[in-house]
Amino acid sequence: MSVIYILLTVSIIVAIIFFIAFIMAVKNGQFDDSYTPSVRILFEDELVKTKSKTITKNNNKD
Amino acid sequence: MEKKACYHCGDNCTDTTIVLEDKTFCCNGCKTVFEILSESDLTCYYDLQASPGAIPKEIEGKYDFLSQQKIIDKLVEFDDGNTQIVTLYIPHIHCSSCIWILENLNKLNPAITLSQVNFGKKTVRVSYNSQSFSLKALVIMLSSVGYEPYISLEDYKTGQENVNRSLIYKLGVAGFAFGNVMFLSFPEYFEVNEFWLDQYKHLFRWIMFSFSLPVVFYAAQDYFVSAYKAIKTKILNIDIPIALGIIVLFLRSTAEIIFDLGSGFFDSLTGLVFFLLLGKFFQQKTYSFLSFERDYKSYFPIAVTKIFNNEEVPVQVYDIEKGDRLLIRNQELIPVDGILINGRAKIDYSFVTGESETVTKQSGDKLFAGGKQTSGVIEMEAIKSVEQSYLTQLWSNDVFSKNKEDGFTTLTNAISKRFTIAVLTIAFVATAFWLYTDASKALNVFTAVLIIACPCAIALAAPFTFGNLLRIFGKQKFYLKNASVIEQLAHINTIIFDKTGTITSNKKSDAKYEGLPLSPNEEVLLKNTLRGSNHPLSRSLYDILEENNIISLDYFEEYLGQGIEASHNTQNIKIGSAQFVGHQTETEVLNTSVYISANNTYKGKFTFYNSYRKGLSKLFNKLKKHYDLVILSGDNEGELENLKKLLPVRTKLLFNQKPDDKLEYIKYHQSEGAKVLMVGDGLNDAGALAQSHVGIAISENVNVFSPACDAILDATKFNKLYHYIKASKSGIKIVKWSFILSLFYNVIGLYFAVTGQLAPVIAAILMPLSSISIVVFTTVATNIVGRKLK
Repeated sequence: MSVIYILLTVSIIVAIIFFIAFIMAVKNGQFDDSYTPSVRILFEDELVKTKSKTITKNNNKD
Repeated sequence: MEKKACYHCGDNCTDTTIVLEDKTFCCNGCKTVFEILSESDLTCYYDLQASPGAIPKEIEGKYDFLSQQKIIDKLVEFDDGNTQIVTLYIPHIHCSSCIWILENLNKLNPAITLSQVNFGKKTVRVSYNSQSFSLKALVIMLSSVGYEPYISLEDYKTGQENVNRSLIYKLGVAGFAFGNVMFLSFPEYFEVNEFWLDQYKHLFRWIMFSFSLPVVFYAAQDYFVSAYKAIKTKILNIDIPIALGIIVLFLRSTAEIIFDLGSGFFDSLTGLVFFLLLGKFFQQKTYSFLSFERDYKSYFPIAVTKIFNNEEVPVQVYDIEKGDRLLIRNQELIPVDGILINGRAKIDYSFVTGESETVTKQSGDKLFAGGKQTSGVIEMEAIKSVEQSYLTQLWSNDVFSKNKEDGFTTLTNAISKRFTIAVLTIAFVATAFWLYTDASKALNVFTAVLIIACPCAIALAAPFTFGNLLRIFGKQKFYLKNASVIEQLAHINTIIFDKTGTITSNKKSDAKYEGLPLSPNEEVLLKNTLRGSNHPLSRSLYDILEENNIISLDYFEEYLGQGIEASHNTQNIKIGSAQFVGHQTETEVLNTSVYISANNTYKGKFTFYNSYRKGLSKLFNKLKKHYDLVILSGDNEGELENLKKLLPVRTKLLFNQKPDDKLEYIKYHQSEGAKVLMVGDGLNDAGALAQSHVGIAISENVNVFSPACDAILDATKFNKLYHYIKASKSGIKIVKWSFILSLFYNVIGLYFAVTGQLAPVIAAILMPLSSISIVVFTTVATNIVGRKLK
């Protein structure tokens, strides 16, 4: 059997895996709100920053 | 005095500045929010955006109905006895700070397990432990930090909304197939008679065939359905040549690979469907935070307080029966028609009837649903149920169930009628010619013509032009329901305006002084007296008058419903109704006036006039050249003289128009061939907005209620109305130019088709090329139009 059959099968399977991933993403509602996640991703840092700030403040008091 | 902005909400802090940790606040409410947030280590809220907050409102008792299990069941989406999930609409959501604070709600109360904001829809989805927390507690907690949710009768329905995502799926399928087919068909474009290619080309072709199956039978099914419907109703719309093209492409390609005649047109087929769906997707710009389908339900509360056996119990609005005693608090809405039992009723009907003044009612008077109580608590007895009330009856008119797009031929459909006939003629003529000269090529030519003439570019012109205009308008705070509104707007020849709230602004009013001139001392006294009063008229008069020195009054007394009296040194002043100051009015006055007397002699009166929106006369003078202008007001004729001065002479002015009158007026003029644009704001215009060709609702704050309409215009952009109409006309022109451009491509394609030389590679180049150039042209052109709008 020629190697091209294997290559074709593999490439199509990979493509289909991505396609299924896309369908799942749509189904989970990932495309319903395209704005909020872009803001949300920036928050983690700020939370940490304020925490460390309050900690240092407390240390100074001690 | 230096003016400072409130650290929480950004409003100007007036004389009584509240300071905490060197931050200033405009009121105790804002300070409390700051305290709550700093206690829970959430002050980061203020770092993300300066002064992001809202002043928390008084809500005592307002949400008592949320403790009723029946209402909770309707509002929550999920409830297993332990955990409840609810989605609440919060109009105040406007910045990243809002997202941050609302997604950290668990810091305020650990019973909240998850909260997620959808910024576009302005909703927050909260899941919490219902054992230790409740929906009512959640709403009160949100309100306490300035994020009061908006709960209306519209939320009172069972079942979740189904989100329609089929277009994204179809787009995904088409895109996936298009990409893969392109890869597979590439080798055959350029290499002919090569050994390895000959060996495997059948395999490649059959794989392409299988990729095209979901495209034809799933992704493109809307076109077949639409074409079938069009044929049934004997209308030639754009979907007919498209559906025909898709079918012919698929059948011919399949036949070609079965009989080994060629590689087929699977690449063009999948590409065509992909581009078409892309256009549809682009046009489908929706403003998820706005609703264009609202009726009275989103204006009405979900529950009111009922007095039953001398106890106050919340009752669901639909459960109100004839004879029920209801308690209406300040700023609450009257949900049903009824009779006032006791309390001072001052009802604001501006939203229902268009009357600008509040109406005072005595006990025993009839109250209509939809009015808002504006002073103190009243008790009333229901005489009708919600469905039978005057206001709700308005919605039973058929205009609300009619779909406006049905009777309207779009530009694309108008041209596709001629286009389809022309293409079919060319196809048959060419086939006849080839049957005569070389019969073996006849079928080839016939299908080739139908393939190449598939009006992909024409079908894309309107979606991309109007879709982009929709976005440009949206950025300029003019929100359209859908793209066809732009086309309708371009064809308007009559514009009808409502008065109250549409051409007048709700916020400010102007006052004119008539009478004896006031001495400087009297002016100082007047201003200082008004400072002490909380009556709305005193407040607005206070804002209009010039700044004066602050003096302390020796005597100050406010007589409810009559006026105020004050004295300083030897001076005495009375401000209020004509009777109160001892002045006899000779004629009945339609406008609201405040009378003033000093030392018991009548001085004069301040008459309030509606304050018209900025640029009103300018707008009307621009519009009068092209359109018939009409003002239909539900208000009395008090403003007639003023309006006559302000507006062009030929403007028709009609007063005392009831909601039904407005609807009938428009209907009558439509029957005479007028294309009507209605500009209104309240529920009283709802019928007129639905009946007109285009109904635009003006809104001071687009987040709060606006009636069912085709477009919502932010009040600050009112004077731009003419520019928007002009831009819509330019949009139509752009679409027409795109048609010419795509016809040019069609002519080139048809040359290949008719002469029987259409190779797959030509189709594969020509189709995407024409589509992409149309997209580029329309996008650039609409952006130029958009730039002129600014």
